[in-house]
Formats: sequence, structure tokens, C-alpha cells
Amino acid sequence: MSAVTQMKPQAPAPKASATISTLPERPRKGLALPGWANSLAVNTLPPLVVVLVILAVWQIAFSAPGSNLPTPTTVWAESSDLILEPFYVYGSQDIGLGWRVLTSLERVAYGFGFAALIGIVVGAVIGQSVWMMRGLDPIFQVLRTVPPLAWLPISLAAFMDSRPSAIFVIFITAIWPVIINTAAGVRNIPQDYRNVAQVLRLNHIEFFFKIMVPAAAPYIFSGLRIGVGLSWLAIVAAEMLTGGVGIGFFIWDAWNSSRLTDIIVALVYIGVVGLLLDKLVGFIGRVVTRGTSEA
Amino acid sequence: MGYLNISHVDKTFVTGSKRAEVLRDIRLDIAQGEFVSIIGHSGCGKSTLLNLIAGLTDVTKGGIKLDGFEVKAPGPDRAVVFQNHSLLPWLTVYDNVKLAVEKVFRGVKNKAERHEWILHNLDLVQMRHAADKRPGEISGGMRQRVGIARALAMEPKVLLLDEPFGALDALTRAHLQDAVMDIHARLGNTMIMITHDVDEAVLLADRIVMMTNGPAATIGEVLDVNLPRPRERISAATDPTYLKARQAVLRFLYERHRFVEAAE
Repeated sequence: MSAVTQMKPQAPAPKASATISTLPERPRKGLALPGWANSLAVNTLPPLVVVLVILAVWQIAFSAPGSNLPTPTTVWAESSDLILEPFYVYGSQDIGLGWRVLTSLERVAYGFGFAALIGIVVGAVIGQSVWMMRGLDPIFQVLRTVPPLAWLPISLAAFMDSRPSAIFVIFITAIWPVIINTAAGVRNIPQDYRNVAQVLRLNHIEFFFKIMVPAAAPYIFSGLRIGVGLSWLAIVAAEMLTGGVGIGFFIWDAWNSSRLTDIIVALVYIGVVGLLLDKLVGFIGRVVTRGTSEA
Repeated sequence: MGYLNISHVDKTFVTGSKRAEVLRDIRLDIAQGEFVSIIGHSGCGKSTLLNLIAGLTDVTKGGIKLDGFEVKAPGPDRAVVFQNHSLLPWLTVYDNVKLAVEKVFRGVKNKAERHEWILHNLDLVQMRHAADKRPGEISGGMRQRVGIARALAMEPKVLLLDEPFGALDALTRAHLQDAVMDIHARLGNTMIMITHDVDEAVLLADRIVMMTNGPAATIGEVLDVNLPRPRERISAATDPTYLKARQAVLRFLYERHRFVEAAE
């Protein structure tokens, strides 16, 4: 007989059968909405409420007879056509606000487009060179504080025409933040990337497109975003003075013919378009710099 | 004269009125296919020496010759694997290697051959599976692998590794050391690796260059490691040759050239 007593594998203890007790469903707070509807409500309801409150206060404050400004209901009564039909054409000067906004946007597109192109190139050069930076930065710091409209007389004198002058004013307003941000972005390119470029012997053009622009893209886009906002500010002011077709001139024209309600509608247009421009550049920036910001 | 010849190299950095002599009279001959580790305390100028060989920094005195040509500027014949991988974060793994391949082999290989070459180099470091990922989406060890693939893809005469595994955890580091040894065995590249890890230096190198402390650091000792290849970290750990070499390096670093914190 062997002395070793075999260890029998112990059978697992029979599992106690678990009893499943269902908990009563917790009562949900608020409305049961699907996810998207919920987030929509969370994002749109508060501003909607605030707008309604403002409109109500406005209505009450200016409904006394003889008040200087129109109430929301008078705005609707007199200018609802501008809101409802942005793209009507009744004559060369009598067109919908949509068309006017587009005309203004076209000018912004030219002015801002030039500012973006030239600003990025100039900013890149300045960011690369310490001496350029030292020489030019103080000048830029002075020039960028000049208000957009202060450039208008000079540019009218130079171009002798209102259209290029307005575009120039936008250009000169929008270019400074682009230059300054691009230069900062280029200065902050990690030495590692420069070393890689040197080892690969990238030439200046390859370095610009393959390393500098993508590496500085987050900075460049924050400059562009400030720039596009300033452009929109500048075009409205410039158009008031230069005339022609455009949302800025429309406001001036409405003021001269005492159509206060039209001005209020135009203000809303300007605000909404400005917001959309900002969001657009921000969106493009996010798409383009995806992957750049994370290291 | 060796394949890579460093003769009487001095390096002094001048900023304004301050002069800092970092390296003095560096003399070193490296044969083709040799694996050399450079070890020393931090701040001794070993990275500066690597940058001199890479051409990223100019020598103050003396000269460096590779394969008979004077080193004056950086170039793809001296590919560098940087400590922090330095991949471009907006490019995928594939495109990072492609950037190097397009630059070095345009006009030499056609498009299909370049594509094959990129994939071949990613295979060498076992990173083909992540070809379409961005550096932000892969681990630190994987990034370093891609950095090595990018450097190898340039078909350099010398591969310069600047503390390539310093930022990695011990396990990942061991894997990558094995990968580098494997690549060295297969391709026979000349490799120079900066490290501050004694085991890494002994395990990987044919010769260990030990540097004295700065300022004006120079080569204190050169040690041959006569371990047969292929080396295997577990058996090497008990090999008398390995232990002797390890001890010699430790003696140099901690007895004769202790790192003095106060020294600037």
C-alpha cells in the first residue's frame, strides 16, 4: 500500500442558486427625451429664454408714445420683408439684405484672403529671423493699434476708388494678428523638427510647406480667427463711408432716410454673419490642425 | 584611419562674452559596421559630440571625416534617432518615413520601389501594422521604433542614436535594445549610441567610449567588449566578460569620474 494518500480534487461546492430581485425602476427626472433632443434643448433653450426676456423688456421700455426707438413689434411690422426675403431684387439699389451681405463678404474675402496669404509668409520670415523680429516687431506693434477707419483716407488717396480702398482697409486691419501669431508659431517650432529638416536637407520651400506651416498651424489659425473678426468689423465701418452696395452702407442709408427698424434688422444680420465667419474659420482650423496639437 | 574619423575636435560655445568649453581634444576612430556606445554623466557633452558628428553643430577646432568626406553640415548619410522620437505629429507613421524616403531616394527609386522601401523599413521595426496611425495614437516605444525606421530608411553610413531609449520604461527599453541588436546584425550598420545606462552600453556595443566630466570633457577611456554576437541578455548577465566590462564602466563612472553636482 502506498503511503501517499491521494488527494482527491475537491468537487466545487454546489452554487447557491441566486435569486434575482428586480429593483423598481428609478423615476427619471424631467422629460424623457432621446440624447440628441436633450442636448439640443440644453443648448438652445437658455439663449431662447434670454432673447424672449430681452425682447419683452425692450417692448415694454419703448412702447410709451413718443419714444426714440422702435419696439420689436414695430420692427416686425415695418421691416419683416427684410427678414423674410433676404434675396429680393427690385432695382439696382433696392435689393435684399442677403445680397448686401454677400457683397460685403466678397470684399472681406479679397481683403482677408490677401491678409492671410501675405500675413503667413511675412510672419514666417519674421519668426525665422531674430533680426527681422527685432527690427519689425515694434513697428507692427504700433501699426496694429491704428483703428481700421484711420487707414481709409490714406487708402482713398492712394487708390482713388472706393472699392479697392475698402478692401485695403480690411487687408491692413486683418494682417497684423496673422503676422504676429504666425511669427509666434514659427518661433515655437520645436528644435527637434528643425533638426529633422536639417538631417533630411529640406530646402526652404520644403521646410515651409512640410514643417513650418503644419507645425505653426494652431497659431496661424488663431491669428486668422482674430483677423476675420476684425475684417468684419472693418468692412461695415468702411462701407458706411465709401458707399456702394453692402451691409454697412445699407445702415448708413437707412439712417439718412430714418428707417430705424431696417437698421435693427441689419444689426442682427451683421452679428449673425460675424458669428458664422468666426465659427467657419474655427472649424477649418480644427479640421486642418487635427493631429498637430497632440504630440 | 577608420571609417569615421574624429581628430582633435574641440567645441566651445560662445554666447555674448561667455565662453563655455564643452569638449576638448576628442580623438576617435570608428570602423565600418562597428557599434560604439558613448557613456558619461549628464552634462558631459556626449550629446554635443553626437551633434558634431551629425553636423547639427559646427566643430570649433579639429575635424570629422566620414568615409573620406569632411563633415560640414547635416545630411541623411548620418541619420539621427533623437531621444524624444521627433516624429512629425501631423503625419502618419507611413508618411513620416515617406518624408525621409522621398527626400533621399527621389530619382533613384521609382514610386513603387519607394513604397516597398517604406514598408520594408517599417517591417524591420515591426511597425507595419501601425502605418496609418499618427504618432499621437501609438505608445512611446512604438514611436521610437518608427524613429529608428525613419533613420534606417535613409540608408545612412552611420546611424546616430541619441539616448534613444532614455524616456522608455525598462521592459520596452529591453525590447527595443533587442530590436536594435537584431537590425545591427542583419544590416551591419555602423552605429553610435549615446547612453547613460551601463547595461545598455555593455550589451549593445563593440566598444564603449567613456567620457570625463565637463567642462572641457574628453574621452577618458575606451573599452572593448569582446562578447560574441548574437548576444542574449539573460545569458550575458552571468557572463564573466560582460560582468568585467560592466564593472570597468562602473569604476570609471563612479570612482574616477564621480559626477559633481556643483560643477557647471
